[in-house]
Amino acid sequence: MMNTISDTAARVDSAFLFITGISVALLVLVTALMLFFVFRYSRKRHPEPVEVEGNLTLEIVWTAIPSIIVLAMFYVGFTGFQFMRTPPGDAMTVKAVARMWSWVFEYENGAKSDVLKVPIGRPVKLAITSEDVLHGLFIPAFRVKEDAVPGMTTKLWFTANETGSYDLFCTEYCGQGHSAMITKTEVMKQEDFDKWYASYKAEGEESKGLQILTEKGCIGCHSTDGSKKIGPTLKGIWGRKEAVVTNGTEREITVDEEYLKKSLLEPNADIVKGYPAIMPPQKGALTEQEIGALVDYLKKLK
Amino acid sequence: MSAGYQAPKSFLDNHGKSSGAAAWILSTDHKRIGILYLCSMLTFFSVAVVIGLLMRIELIAAGKTIMEAKTYNAFFTVHGMIMIFLFIIPGIPAAFGNFIMPIQIGAKDVAFPRLNLLSWWLYISGGLIAVLSLFTGGGAPDTGWTFYAPYSIRTGTNVSLAVFAAFVLGFSSILTGLNFVTTIHRMRAPGMTWFRMPLFPWSLYATGWVQIVATPVLAITLLLLIFERSFGVGFFDPAKGGDPILFEHLFWIYSHPAVYIMILPAMGVISEIVPVFARKGIFGYKAIVLSSLSIAGVGYLVWGHHMFTSGMSDTSRWIFSLLTFIVAVPSGVKVFNWVSSLYKGSIDVRPPFLYVMAFIFLFSIGGLTGLINGALSTNIHIHGTYFIVGHFHYVMFGGTGIAFFGALHFWFPKMFGRMYSEKIARVAVALLFIGLNTLYFPMLVLGWQGMPRRYYDYLPQFQPLNVISTIGSWIVAAALIIMFTNLIRSLFKGEKAAGNPWDGTTLEWTVSSPPPHENFEEGPVITHGPYQRT
Repeated sequence: MMNTISDTAARVDSAFLFITGISVALLVLVTALMLFFVFRYSRKRHPEPVEVEGNLTLEIVWTAIPSIIVLAMFYVGFTGFQFMRTPPGDAMTVKAVARMWSWVFEYENGAKSDVLKVPIGRPVKLAITSEDVLHGLFIPAFRVKEDAVPGMTTKLWFTANETGSYDLFCTEYCGQGHSAMITKTEVMKQEDFDKWYASYKAEGEESKGLQILTEKGCIGCHSTDGSKKIGPTLKGIWGRKEAVVTNGTEREITVDEEYLKKSLLEPNADIVKGYPAIMPPQKGALTEQEIGALVDYLKKLK
Repeated sequence: MSAGYQAPKSFLDNHGKSSGAAAWILSTDHKRIGILYLCSMLTFFSVAVVIGLLMRIELIAAGKTIMEAKTYNAFFTVHGMIMIFLFIIPGIPAAFGNFIMPIQIGAKDVAFPRLNLLSWWLYISGGLIAVLSLFTGGGAPDTGWTFYAPYSIRTGTNVSLAVFAAFVLGFSSILTGLNFVTTIHRMRAPGMTWFRMPLFPWSLYATGWVQIVATPVLAITLLLLIFERSFGVGFFDPAKGGDPILFEHLFWIYSHPAVYIMILPAMGVISEIVPVFARKGIFGYKAIVLSSLSIAGVGYLVWGHHMFTSGMSDTSRWIFSLLTFIVAVPSGVKVFNWVSSLYKGSIDVRPPFLYVMAFIFLFSIGGLTGLINGALSTNIHIHGTYFIVGHFHYVMFGGTGIAFFGALHFWFPKMFGRMYSEKIARVAVALLFIGLNTLYFPMLVLGWQGMPRRYYDYLPQFQPLNVISTIGSWIVAAALIIMFTNLIRSLFKGEKAAGNPWDGTTLEWTVSSPPPHENFEEGPVITHGPYQRT
């Protein structure tokens, strides 16, 4: 039952089985002995206790043997760890940037994606950082994890051996949207990956808006398919009637260009009813041009 | 006994100069202070249990069940803060250590009775400040009890006041440690050499040193955090040139040794209960003493195992992993000695002993899952997941919590002079054992499957085990209700307890139940080991 999804997973699982096997044996031994003594030397069966003060040999034995066992466990964990921390020289580097509460993956040719797309069978090294607070990048299927720390770049690597879509979670608590900071690792056939990788530049202006939504992390909280996330969905937002709370009073507005711009620059001025006021203002983070592209894109997002 | 002899009044009847509530909150009698702590801690404990139950209800299904993410995040922070700073850390030492330890070493009181009362005042002030922080400023803190920067610096919630509460509580802990270490050095009865001292005071002695040496680091760390929040100094925020990993180091330099502050006294309690109900001496007395001291010593050097995925250097990761495995050995030695103490004993399975049996099993699971955490490669997978939540709840509730309630059932007749219903106590401990496993074992599996901790919401594949875990929380709640109903009822209606209801050999069993104000009419003189039967 060797785990074949990735090389790293195989190492972690074998160490896990080794440690768990010994642990279960120890637990059974201790529990069985305890129950046996309680039964055999119960006051009914054994009314007169016999004094046994201790036994130096036993003390030495049950200090020495567990010491050897735990050193073996350390060694197994250590060798697996060394493998997991040493990416092969030919690994493809992908930059992973975390922010509250989304991921952006940047490729060497400038391609960006909110889903980690990787080709099958090729070592991938993630260079991880954060734009705000601590986050943790975790792909359970590959058994890899490393914190995203603002101000520094951390790393992990893996080789995926089976195509498919695997969960990618944040494991360092980062505020209200922590449990929604979920994306996927898509392991693709080499040709599919190449096609996606090459197509990136060709798409041009039309998808500029979507690209900004992805790069700036907007879709971490706002879906484009109508599903509910931390913030309201962007699908069909243009012309939508929305109940908003402005300075504590509720009113109804129709979403137009002016409202969209204001919602980007001062998101907490009008809060859509039922949603928390937690979006960071984008003043300074977006250029006039980018805002224009976003508005154009949202107009068409039906 | 001469005809005119009158037994001295029990400490419960001796009010001193004050009366009513003042006779408690102004008393410097170590026994009264112990009970003060016991009552205040159990109050906080009950609040944190209710918060825990509400969180489990929220997690019974994906999406929103009964509360918003903001509330949930505040709940796990407050649950952790109360349980750790107001229940488990003061825990056994402040309640049972205060009441029992001076009697066990043949002393009239602790070395500094007024300082002891001040510790309780600091404790209750810290507790009240913590409660205040929930309802003032930006509302209850939402950082997790670890206060990791830079999130803790940026969040608008009331982190500063909550952190100040922990700061005050730290001083309470330091002063208690100082008091106990001094008491044990200076106030042992004539003839009580170090190796004639019972194992519970020994465990408090080791704990006391950890409290004295490690807690100031927490105080400094928390002050730095408050400065950073108030004045934007930039110790930990990389946007100002600070280092968030520095905060993690400082935090765990205290908070890992704190784990031993939590568990060592629990081990001391187990070491007292075993010889009484096995009716023989403890196996390997000196080995148990040495293991307590080495846990307290090596325990300072393993904090980095909380940071195996933090971005800290790979070299420090493997060094901390190695040290972590070394500190596992003395805990194992203790378990082996307890089990061996049962060999050729004459075992009476009364309620306190049932707690010992539950402890040995649950604490073993907690310790053994710690080996999976300690190994580098497996740690990377389970770090920050529910595996960790399951692991530390097995240690904290399955270990320290169970030992706390074991101690309560063991010393209850001594403290209050009344006996509880043993039948009901057995039902409670059995239910608690089943409940804890139903509550926490699924968490280990969930973590291995990849569910991160501090998760308000989860993907559908995690639901079945979350449902089982929530059902477990209800079993635990039922067990606790039964246990406390039984004990509270016995306070008023229980049969009067004899001075030595369990046939124990240590000094607290030589005085009446409840003990007289000054503990001993005549100071005892010690001529043999603590568990020797003559």
